Amino acid sequence: MIEAPPSPNVSAESPLVSDNSSPMIAVRSLQKKIGDQEILRGVDLQISSGETLAIIGRSGGGKSVLLKHMVGLMEPDSGEIWIQGQNIIGLKERQLRAIRKKVGILFQGGALFDSMTVEDNIAFPLREAGERDRKVLRSKVSEMLEVMEMEGQEDKMPESLSGGMKKRVGLARAIIRRPLCVLYDEPTSGLDPVVADSINRLIRRLQQRFGVTSVVVTHDMKSAFDVADRIAYLHEGRIYFNGTADQLQQSNDPLIQDFLLGRSDGGGD
Amino acid sequence: MVRFFSALGAPLLAFVQYLGELVLLAADTFRSIFTHKLRWKLFLNQVVEIGLLSQLVVIITGAFTGAVFSAQTFFQFNKLGMGSAVGAVVSVSLCRELAPVLTALMVAGRVGAAMSAEIGTMKVTEQIDALRALAVYPVDYLVVPRVLAMMVSMPLLVAECIAVGTAAGYLVAIFMLDINGTYYMANMVRWTRSRDIIMGLSKAFCFGILIVFISCQKGLATREGAVGVGRATTEAVVNASLAVLICNFFLTMMFNIIYPAGYQ
Repeated sequence: MIEAPPSPNVSAESPLVSDNSSPMIAVRSLQKKIGDQEILRGVDLQISSGETLAIIGRSGGGKSVLLKHMVGLMEPDSGEIWIQGQNIIGLKERQLRAIRKKVGILFQGGALFDSMTVEDNIAFPLREAGERDRKVLRSKVSEMLEVMEMEGQEDKMPESLSGGMKKRVGLARAIIRRPLCVLYDEPTSGLDPVVADSINRLIRRLQQRFGVTSVVVTHDMKSAFDVADRIAYLHEGRIYFNGTADQLQQSNDPLIQDFLLGRSDGGGD
Repeated sequence: MVRFFSALGAPLLAFVQYLGELVLLAADTFRSIFTHKLRWKLFLNQVVEIGLLSQLVVIITGAFTGAVFSAQTFFQFNKLGMGSAVGAVVSVSLCRELAPVLTALMVAGRVGAAMSAEIGTMKVTEQIDALRALAVYPVDYLVVPRVLAMMVSMPLLVAECIAVGTAAGYLVAIFMLDINGTYYMANMVRWTRSRDIIMGLSKAFCFGILIVFISCQKGLATREGAVGVGRATTEAVVNASLAVLICNFFLTMMFNIIYPAGYQ
């Protein structure tokens, strides 16, 4: 096992996390093996309420796996995940429902239900929560579509939406029940720079308007710098760096420099 | 020898694990049926999908099976001067064996494949993860409505298959084989008992449960993208068809104790 060198110029704890505040999400010594491959080798991370954390790292490095663990979609081999002071590891699927009402997730491809219209997709969480009034559902869906800058698209089917639109509808569905925390899995991947920028603005706006805690998994550095209060770099299954965007940019660590500059010859290897 | 047993052991273990997964899914589903609210809209959609839209296939299957069975039985029985007994043979065979088995095979092909493909596609496109993330348990949302719809639809489809098959057999016997209609009907009514119909419908219920759990389990266990969906669909149809044929033998032996064949 390769030992991660100490994070250069940065303390292990984020300056944004005060010692006495209870974190929204706390990940402790999380380990996960898929097949023979060790994906997570002991991840430790804390995310405070209202904070936006970007988790960056190489493709296939376990960022999405880490994110799925945070909402209980995957079961770790060992370690703990605490959501608002409750350890979710070992909880059964039905017991996780209360947690999942607090945490929304935007999947990489949107994961829209392809048999439903945009309106039905967005209204789905409300219907499942027992809301039956069509007028209320319509108005809440319209409100969400307005936030997403997608007015008038209610009756479209997911197959007729572009990648960016799918992500925005997926985001609307994830936040319509006003979760306390939203997890974003590669929100800007595969999008052109303009649409990617609109998604980034949306993430920022949601944080400002609704005060949600956000965890953004990305390998798009522009997106990470645009949205994050704090950035964590996941490398070889561990958090290699954890600090602000400025601290990341000022870092002289060769591994981080390689990642920031997109160098593949590996000065840090 | 050790190599032989270890080669035998791996598939055996995989089979036992597969059976275990099926049983766990069934247990989870029945627990959900009795403890959680039914999503009526999804249930009715599935009744339409499984029951209503399978009717054409079932009617054609029943009609031509009844017709050909009537003709074949007549060709043999006529030599013995028992042409008018064809109705009884066709009717009892359809009730006890042909209608439940053939309907189940057709439903496994049409509905079972669609179920595993739909659920499998949802799995590989993260739609099932999305359901879970939205605090909806996939068994409640996807499996329960399908299981209940299958429990309702299969007996009705088999009843329809029996009715159409019997009618087709009658028409062939009367208009093509020149059997006396009165004797045909009298023998058919005399030898076909309500227990034959009950046996057919009970089998239909059991086959429906087999098909729906095998198909849903294959869908939920799908991995590896489009190839995985194709594999899951094929396996669902093959496994469901084999399960129907194998269980049919044991159900026949069991039901024959409860509802003995013949006129008593």
